[in-house]
Amino acid sequence: MSAAAEERDARAPWALTAPALMLFVGVLLIPLAMTVMLSFHDWGQYKGIEPVFILKNWHEIATDPYYAEMFWRTFRIAILTTLLTALLGAPEAYILNRMSGRWKSFFLLIILGPLLISVVARTLGWALLFGGNNGLVNKLLMSAGLIRSPIPFMFTETGMVVALAHVMMPFMVLSVWAALQRLDPQIENAAMSLGAGPATIIRRIIMPQIMPGVLSGAIIVFSLSASAFATPAIIGGRRLKVAATLAYDEFLNTLNWPLGAAVATLLLVALVFIVVGSNALIERRYAEVFR
Amino acid sequence: MAYLELDRVAKQFGAQTVVDDFSLSVGKGEFISFLGPSGCGKTTTLQMIAGFLDPTRGAIRLEGKDLTAIHPAKRGLGIVFQSYALFPHMTAAENVAFGLEMRNVPRSERAERVRAALAMVGLAGYEDRHPRRMSGGQQQRVALARALVIKPSVLLLDEPLSNLDAKLREEMQIELRQIQRTIGTTTILVTHDQNEAMSLSDRIVVMSQGRIEQIGSPQETYEKPASAFVSQFLGKTNDFAGAIDRSVAPAQLMAGSWSVPAPPGLNGPVTVSIRPERIGFGDAGLGAKIVTRIFQGNHWLFQCESECGPAIVIRQNDGKAQPVEGEAVRLTWRSEDMSVRARDVA
Repeated sequence: MSAAAEERDARAPWALTAPALMLFVGVLLIPLAMTVMLSFHDWGQYKGIEPVFILKNWHEIATDPYYAEMFWRTFRIAILTTLLTALLGAPEAYILNRMSGRWKSFFLLIILGPLLISVVARTLGWALLFGGNNGLVNKLLMSAGLIRSPIPFMFTETGMVVALAHVMMPFMVLSVWAALQRLDPQIENAAMSLGAGPATIIRRIIMPQIMPGVLSGAIIVFSLSASAFATPAIIGGRRLKVAATLAYDEFLNTLNWPLGAAVATLLLVALVFIVVGSNALIERRYAEVFR
Repeated sequence: MAYLELDRVAKQFGAQTVVDDFSLSVGKGEFISFLGPSGCGKTTTLQMIAGFLDPTRGAIRLEGKDLTAIHPAKRGLGIVFQSYALFPHMTAAENVAFGLEMRNVPRSERAERVRAALAMVGLAGYEDRHPRRMSGGQQQRVALARALVIKPSVLLLDEPLSNLDAKLREEMQIELRQIQRTIGTTTILVTHDQNEAMSLSDRIVVMSQGRIEQIGSPQETYEKPASAFVSQFLGKTNDFAGAIDRSVAPAQLMAGSWSVPAPPGLNGPVTVSIRPERIGFGDAGLGAKIVTRIFQGNHWLFQCESECGPAIVIRQNDGKAQPVEGEAVRLTWRSEDMSVRARDVA
């Protein structure tokens, strides 16, 4: 083979991936880089954005406890949502997996349901059920005499966690479901024949094997909840902001783009660290199950 | 007295009867094989003994006690699954120790028994390996050790060797037999492989379509098959359509131009079965023509066209001259080598 042909061969993969690569660079990397750059720019009420390099926005985020509270709330909500989906989703997937054919597909559809409906419509539905004195559930409970005043749902972290958990449930269920598919169908019988009761089988045999599925589902749910916008915007509104709605407000209400960009960048970097870090941890811990 | 007893056991799934009228008594220390094609109900029967399925009718007794009333976790049977069903998140030693843990065996005794069990199956030194880092044969041994370490009253093997390649399977057969002989555990093996059943078991239960076709020693089932199914399933056989004529004295059994004095009992149309290796070439007997002749090293395989349809003959390669293709021959056999059954005339 001639040197020229060899060179052409080496270039071929690049040429072939170039269109996709350009799209990726154009719509993802460049805007991302511009956002990061924007976070170092100056901004003033009257002068607008000044393309200079200063650490003012970052300094503000680091020192003003308001931002610490925002981020702490964001991650608290994400962690609680993750825990809730794991606690409900893992058993749900296990039960689903044991169902017979027709029921299985029916309930799978119900679980996947939230993904098929717009986030806005779904969250507004929650608001109609629980929101204020006129919420359907609150009305029912009050007329039944079970509660005296309505359970607060709108503008609460509880409300946000519940609504987010509903949205995120499919990701957890599907992730655990995938782990369950890898289980040997006779493994429970094997444990039973050795004298293990149902609780022991779940704790000692099933749980360790689906744990990687739970954890990878947790990573998805956590990162999606921490960066969720629509649900916190509707349930929390202006009164209970999280990082995503904060960045949005800085951009579109205060018009302080550089500060908004700094908030968005910090959220992104924090998430990347958490996800990559926990992923590495999980892979090391469960090396034997993943093989 | 029977150690394990199945009394007219039946299993139905909806309208479909998978196992019917299954009666068997197993002596202590015996090695029994359930042999049959897939779907014959052998695995279902095993699962009923194990307790994963409840029989629709009938009783299963172990040492006179009703086994079906005992929860599968309390039956104390050792089971080796076709897929081994090892716990992938535990090491080989932890897998084997699991059953002992469930029985609250003290830690020091547990470690000792696990070590002994792994050594017995030839896996000393593999204690800390995880199953996914072991070969199929090694996983199989771990599964066997895990089932045996709890000193089960009965060892149930569900096609344990079917995932191994031919050479390894043969090795494991020999080893399995030796281990079973050494420790004397009553064993039931489910298999569709007639060689496996014959080389391992004391007795074979041949099953077809949920029913027992024959129970007998490997030799009995091979030499004296109780039904056409058994003779077809266990090795090759030649079936010739014949007839018994009792209008003459002495009564005659005839097939084509071949005839002998008839055995007592039967009358009318019969099937005469002879194993290919029991047929010889002689001066008188069933007329046939050699169609093909195949040399297979230690023996010759002849495919013939006889007066009563196609026939297979196997002759030892004893160095003597053998008939060639196209040659007309006479097939002979000793009367004790044939089995004669009544034949349905459709």
